[in-house]
Amino acid sequence: MQDFLQLIVTGLVIGSVYALVAMGFALIYKSTSIINFAQGEFVLVGGYVCWWLYTSLHVPIIWAFLLTMVIAVFMGLILERLMLRPMIGEPIISVIMITIALAMVLKSMVTILWGTMIEVFTPPIFSQQAIHLGPVLVSEVYLWTFGFAFLFLGVFAAFFKFTRVGISMRAVADDQQVAQSMGISVKRVFAISWSIGALVSAVGGILVGNINGINIALADFGLKVFPAVILGGLESIAGAIIGGLTIGVLENIMGSYLDIYLGGGVKEIAPFIVLIMILMIKPYGLFGIKEIERV
Amino acid sequence: MPCGLFFEKYAKDEAIFPTLWLKLWMVALGVALLIFPWFAQILSDLMGINLLNLFNLILIYIVGAHGLNLLTGYTGQISLGHGAFMGVGAYTVGILANLGWPFWLALPAAGLMAAAVGMIFGIPSLRLRGLYLAIATMAAQFILDYAMRNWTALTGGSSGLTVPQAELAGFSFDSDFRFYFLALAFAAGATMYLKNLSRTRTGRAFVAVRDRYLSAEVIGVNLFKYRIMSFGISSFMVGIAGGLWAYYITIISDEHFTMWLSVQYLAMIIVGGMGSVLGSIFGVVFMVTLPEILLIPAEAMTNVFPHIFGIFASLRELLFGLIVIAFLIFEPDGLAARWHTVRAYWKLWPFSY
Repeated sequence: MQDFLQLIVTGLVIGSVYALVAMGFALIYKSTSIINFAQGEFVLVGGYVCWWLYTSLHVPIIWAFLLTMVIAVFMGLILERLMLRPMIGEPIISVIMITIALAMVLKSMVTILWGTMIEVFTPPIFSQQAIHLGPVLVSEVYLWTFGFAFLFLGVFAAFFKFTRVGISMRAVADDQQVAQSMGISVKRVFAISWSIGALVSAVGGILVGNINGINIALADFGLKVFPAVILGGLESIAGAIIGGLTIGVLENIMGSYLDIYLGGGVKEIAPFIVLIMILMIKPYGLFGIKEIERV
Repeated sequence: MPCGLFFEKYAKDEAIFPTLWLKLWMVALGVALLIFPWFAQILSDLMGINLLNLFNLILIYIVGAHGLNLLTGYTGQISLGHGAFMGVGAYTVGILANLGWPFWLALPAAGLMAAAVGMIFGIPSLRLRGLYLAIATMAAQFILDYAMRNWTALTGGSSGLTVPQAELAGFSFDSDFRFYFLALAFAAGATMYLKNLSRTRTGRAFVAVRDRYLSAEVIGVNLFKYRIMSFGISSFMVGIAGGLWAYYITIISDEHFTMWLSVQYLAMIIVGGMGSVLGSIFGVVFMVTLPEILLIPAEAMTNVFPHIFGIFASLRELLFGLIVIAFLIFEPDGLAARWHTVRAYWKLWPFSY
């Protein structure tokens, strides 16, 4: 029982980062209808940039963190302007392929610049000391990660709910033409969506980088996002958060209980098995909008 | 050269090779491809590349690219799992050949096995389109990849599986030279098949499903049937490609059939031209030749940048990504469309308008 609780708690922590990245993904999908296969590479770039600023250039962590966020925002803006905007109106296959190609480009650039070794934040930012939470033993860095992830989730949820920009983003997601006729610049909303999508992923990268160190495998976070958003429903930001947490817990539990039978590594594919099952049973997820088509 | 086409019968318009000139060119191409191996050695020495090996790979990939083009280009169903389906074919051949199955039984079995797997993962395609299907097939890729790596009793895991050489009626395809003819036969067969398929009832149904599937259903095209059929034929072809690959390389491991291969297949048909038979051929030639050609400047630069081979894989990936992006933005219809433009220009020269 204690093991089980332990698995749930660590799963929730990783799940909170999934939720953060999935929120960025869902946001981009919701307002631009582009499915972003490069989300994981944003995580990767965020983690590496922050590590590089902090460990190699000795920038104080607060500034490194803020600078990484600024860089991520600019990266989102530039990519949107140069690559995604020409794709408006192109077939879905082309749009999917361009984000896959973008993922390849970002990933290979990171390997060329920083190599493939596992890098750690030195000196460590959060202590690894274990803390007793009732029956469960959690290291301090996990708690910080969980806290930060939820801080960002909360801030952005409030942003969408209450600010003028956030409301205009929701309007564009709802109906682009109507939003445009109300004087909302759709192009600007697209740009903002991409920069926020890149920003939250970069934060996710920094948080995970503090737990396990940084290497190219960080990009896999972007792949785990798919089960999360499919579970929650592609259009729903709340769904992405719930989906992220669920997938984090599920992969942890399935990984530790099924590894003996299937020979290891179940954690890597458990989310995808869940994904296929959801697609077969409830393809539009928990909170997704069911498409109704008229001829 | 004809300066225009003046057909008087529909049958003429529908013909695969409508003009005498085109027929002659095709015969010339066929002859050139058949006698090529005897000159391959000389040309290889001249260019510093093992041409026969390159051609064999191109011919094998053409079979698979035709398969993916049928699914994505003709039927409009995106698949990110074709690398894994190719792996299914390769492993089927590997396992069956080790059990003593002859070539002519093991290869169709590879195709059928891949088709079965492809159709299972294609089932969600009835309810899912575009984005969702891409995600579903991507999940298929990861699950199959995992199975290939971890089901060691069957696949040998990461240590790989040795496959005996292909043998047909006592003739062993044991060298690049001999294998070339086998691969050529399959590539030519797949090309003819796809070219013909696109003119049949089935082929037109595929295109109708792609262009507007609701209208297609209204006029009586059974969506489920044709989508699954497209998945089946497509995976069959890519499974055959995998089987050929296994016979050619003779040792298979899971490393080859990753997401990267699926992406490469998609890149091939996008660069070549989706929904075009010529396109998949162009795309394969381009994408398979490119890394070989890139090796030459890389080798030349080792003196200046000694680390270049350490990052060569990343550089190649970077370039692949950039090429795909450039094609999608500047030439979305691919090389095949460019080829038609160039040809039309010369056909009408100097009176083009």
